Amino acid sequence: MGALQSASAHPEYGDLAEKTGFSIGKIRVLHKRFKQLSHNEETLRRDHLNDIPDLACNPIRAQIVEAFFDRRNYHQNGEGPVQEIGFEEFLVVMSHFRPPSLHMTEEQRENVRREKLRFLFNMHDTDNDGTITLEEYRHVVEELLSRSGALEKETAKSIADAAMLEVASISMGHMEPDEFYEGITFEHFLKLLHGFEIESKMNIHFLNMDTSTLCK
Amino acid sequence: MAALALRAPRSSSSSGGRSAARLAGLLACVLLLAAGASASRDEGSGESNGTRRDPGRVESGTRRDLHPRSNLTAHKKAFPVLSFNYEHVRKPFEISLWILLALLMKLGFHIIPRVSNVVPESCLLIVVGLLVGGLIKAIGEKAPVLHYELFFFYLLPPIILDAGYFLPIRPFMENLGTILVFAVVGTLWNAFFIGGMMYAVCQIAGAQLGGVDLLSCLLFRTIISAVDPVAVLAVFKEIHINDLLHILLFGESLLNNAVTVVLYHLFKEFSQAGTVTVGDALLGIVCFFVVLSLGSIMVGAIYGLLGAFTSRFTSHTRVIEPLFVFLYSYMAYLSAEVFRLSGIMSLIPCGVTMRPYVEANISHKSHTTIKYFLKMWSSVNETLIFIFLGVSTVAGPHAWNWTFVILTVILCLVSTVLGVIGLTYIINKFRIVKLTKKDQFIVAYGGLRGAIAFSLGFLLTNNKMKNMFLTAIITVIFFTVFVQGMTIRPLVELLAVKKKKESKRSINEEIHTQFLDHLLTGIEEVCGHYGHHHWKDKLNRFNKSYVKKWLIAGERSTEPQLISFYNKMEMKQAMMLVESGSSAKLPSIVSSVSMQNIQQKGPTRGRAIPSISKSREAEIRKILRANLQKTRQRLRSYSRHDLLIDPFKDNLSEVRFRKQRVEMERRMSHYLTVPANRQETTPVRKVCFEPEHQVYTYDTEGESPRGRAAQTHPSPPDTIGLVNEATPRPNQSSALRDRDETELRAKAPDDQEEQLKLSRCLSDPGPNKDEEEDGSFVS
Repeated sequence: MGALQSASAHPEYGDLAEKTGFSIGKIRVLHKRFKQLSHNEETLRRDHLNDIPDLACNPIRAQIVEAFFDRRNYHQNGEGPVQEIGFEEFLVVMSHFRPPSLHMTEEQRENVRREKLRFLFNMHDTDNDGTITLEEYRHVVEELLSRSGALEKETAKSIADAAMLEVASISMGHMEPDEFYEGITFEHFLKLLHGFEIESKMNIHFLNMDTSTLCK
Repeated sequence: MAALALRAPRSSSSSGGRSAARLAGLLACVLLLAAGASASRDEGSGESNGTRRDPGRVESGTRRDLHPRSNLTAHKKAFPVLSFNYEHVRKPFEISLWILLALLMKLGFHIIPRVSNVVPESCLLIVVGLLVGGLIKAIGEKAPVLHYELFFFYLLPPIILDAGYFLPIRPFMENLGTILVFAVVGTLWNAFFIGGMMYAVCQIAGAQLGGVDLLSCLLFRTIISAVDPVAVLAVFKEIHINDLLHILLFGESLLNNAVTVVLYHLFKEFSQAGTVTVGDALLGIVCFFVVLSLGSIMVGAIYGLLGAFTSRFTSHTRVIEPLFVFLYSYMAYLSAEVFRLSGIMSLIPCGVTMRPYVEANISHKSHTTIKYFLKMWSSVNETLIFIFLGVSTVAGPHAWNWTFVILTVILCLVSTVLGVIGLTYIINKFRIVKLTKKDQFIVAYGGLRGAIAFSLGFLLTNNKMKNMFLTAIITVIFFTVFVQGMTIRPLVELLAVKKKKESKRSINEEIHTQFLDHLLTGIEEVCGHYGHHHWKDKLNRFNKSYVKKWLIAGERSTEPQLISFYNKMEMKQAMMLVESGSSAKLPSIVSSVSMQNIQQKGPTRGRAIPSISKSREAEIRKILRANLQKTRQRLRSYSRHDLLIDPFKDNLSEVRFRKQRVEMERRMSHYLTVPANRQETTPVRKVCFEPEHQVYTYDTEGESPRGRAAQTHPSPPDTIGLVNEATPRPNQSSALRDRDETELRAKAPDDQEEQLKLSRCLSDPGPNKDEEEDGSFVS
């Protein structure tokens, strides 16, 4: 069953490889992991991901899980959440974390950077309106600090406020007192994290070897 | 020497620089002559007794003892009021002279800008050392030599501690694999390749070189193949390359000291034992290496933890806190040397383990003290090392052999390049962010040799080859430092290597760094393999739950990193504001965005002031109050004594002062949670301050309804809290400021007239000019 499946899935792998840039070997490994997570079903649901024990102590677990089910991350210009995903969508989300290859032009590198920052932006912008409002940003900071035990909401609030102010200062420069800063748009977000070099940081080492038997 | 020193100042452009440099040069000459003369005087007294130096010193000591007796018995004259007794202060005197000379040289180089831009400081210092050495030799005196003990126990540790304590941990850990491969495998490769080649060539070349046996060749090779941290630091601190390259070069130079020590001891043992089999060699390498590296790291870590633990209890004796840091580190170094481990390698874990906990425990002033002391010491020691290198070059015995030396230099270069290329090829298979050709070039080219090689060379057994080896070592050092050191800066520019980002960490970047950490850990877990991030996360959690509780005092132990970062940033901003207030310069953030631009209609909230701990708050309060006093005093004195200044200019700077004071007061109330004195702020009626003013004061809400903020915040305490949160100050750009000031000048007389009617009774409502002046100096 397994062998047959992988044999017939080969042409699919070719398509996927072209689409996402992963190599065939890596796709195979990821497919195995997908099947392991979804208990051999065809689609993956949120509770499958929530079942991963290691993920339980991650402060931003909810956002990570959401990111897999967010249509905006599938590169198909869709929007809104879905309830379950297939392997292709899984792979597309994973491809955001692929490291840039060595020989890339400046333009390609810029594209990679935009893509990764878009992913981050989508994670913050939970209501899909295209901007990160103060409330959403506050939520982010609260989640980050949520594992630290005794924390007042106010500290998180003030940090988020300070951060938001900084964004506004950088993006807008001078504002009249009666103007109102709606929220961080994607362009502002780009400008904010301009020096962050995200293309070298937001990467995971995808292995060619199958280590899924080692851990849950 | 005087001519040389004077020639240098003539090259500088500014006359002020010229006279200062000439003065420095003259002073240096005087010092040199004094040093030389003192040395020769001692020699003279020794010679007059017809003995060598050491007995001479003893002789003069005994002669000194005879003196008082002879004074008393022989002459019975008056006690000598002013006598010259140099001997008993000789040692500290000379040491101080040398250090002073080193520092003056350093000073001199920075006064002459053109030279220091082209030539790195280390080269200049070596040249000075050569000159001094030549001078001393000319006087006919034995120059101080760079002894093993002097170098390794006194000169080297502060430099390494400085580097280790301030090591940027994140890039280091991320690139640890690469650094280790370069350090270990690279050095081994260098040693064996060059050693083997040298031996082969020597055997072929014939007679005078035939005496070089394999083992001493290998020993020599070990010494010469190690990249030197001091030289690397000295050259690269003036060029700000990006973090990755910096940490690669620097990490490699630190870690390969372990390899050098291992190989050195190993080869020494073997060369004394006579014959050696390959099996022995391999066993030796593995055994020594594992023991040595793990041992050094453990020693360093133990002392680091001890230091951290001690610092937990120092809250009542703040003054001696820095000493703990220094002494524990030095003990780590010495303990490692006791066990024949690598002292350098133990300093790094010591600094790295100590730092996060110590910084959480000690006061701000201790932190500054540690920083400055380390920088000071390492700077002085570096200078001294290079000068001594020059001096020892002139003084030491030399045996110049063209073939050997040239071969050494060429082979060094070749093997470094080959090693880097080969290793990078292997490493790039495992790295996420690959090393480009440019990076490889810089890593290869930045492999400078330095004083460590030199002083290790002195330890070679005194066979006939020693002098030849020494000469070759010196040549390689000179070549790398001068040629590579001087050309690396233009090469960096030419290749457009990425420079270091100068930006300060903003709170957004910090938030996103943490966010990214958690995100990547999560994705790794979804992927199902335990990668890099997973282990880092585990370590962090372990750290937070157990280690921090033990090592950090009080409530700071539960403070999450984001909050401590935020607090640190607030404190820094407060201090910056205070400092800029005292020098009439506004902080650089140029935007007028303030909180009400961001806050929309929202429900009333409780007091949203971050929870800074009490002691911090007290500290910040003290700083702000002290400086506020100063500014206030200055303003008052300004007003009373400077009545004759042009009122136009007066107004402008006065207005600026007032603006800063307002901001400072606002910030003060931020931290002090007590609204500052409001009357002092009312006279200022600036365009952009108004909204804040009205939010700020309780009773002026209805006045000029600018912005939604005024209308939508019914309860004053909230508004104060919210406004006070605006961390990056809403300041105006200079263009705006000018506009405002002209507006203000037009408005000022009106406002002031109004106030005169409203608030106070001036003693003398005189003519317009007086009014203006008096109005300005409202305090």
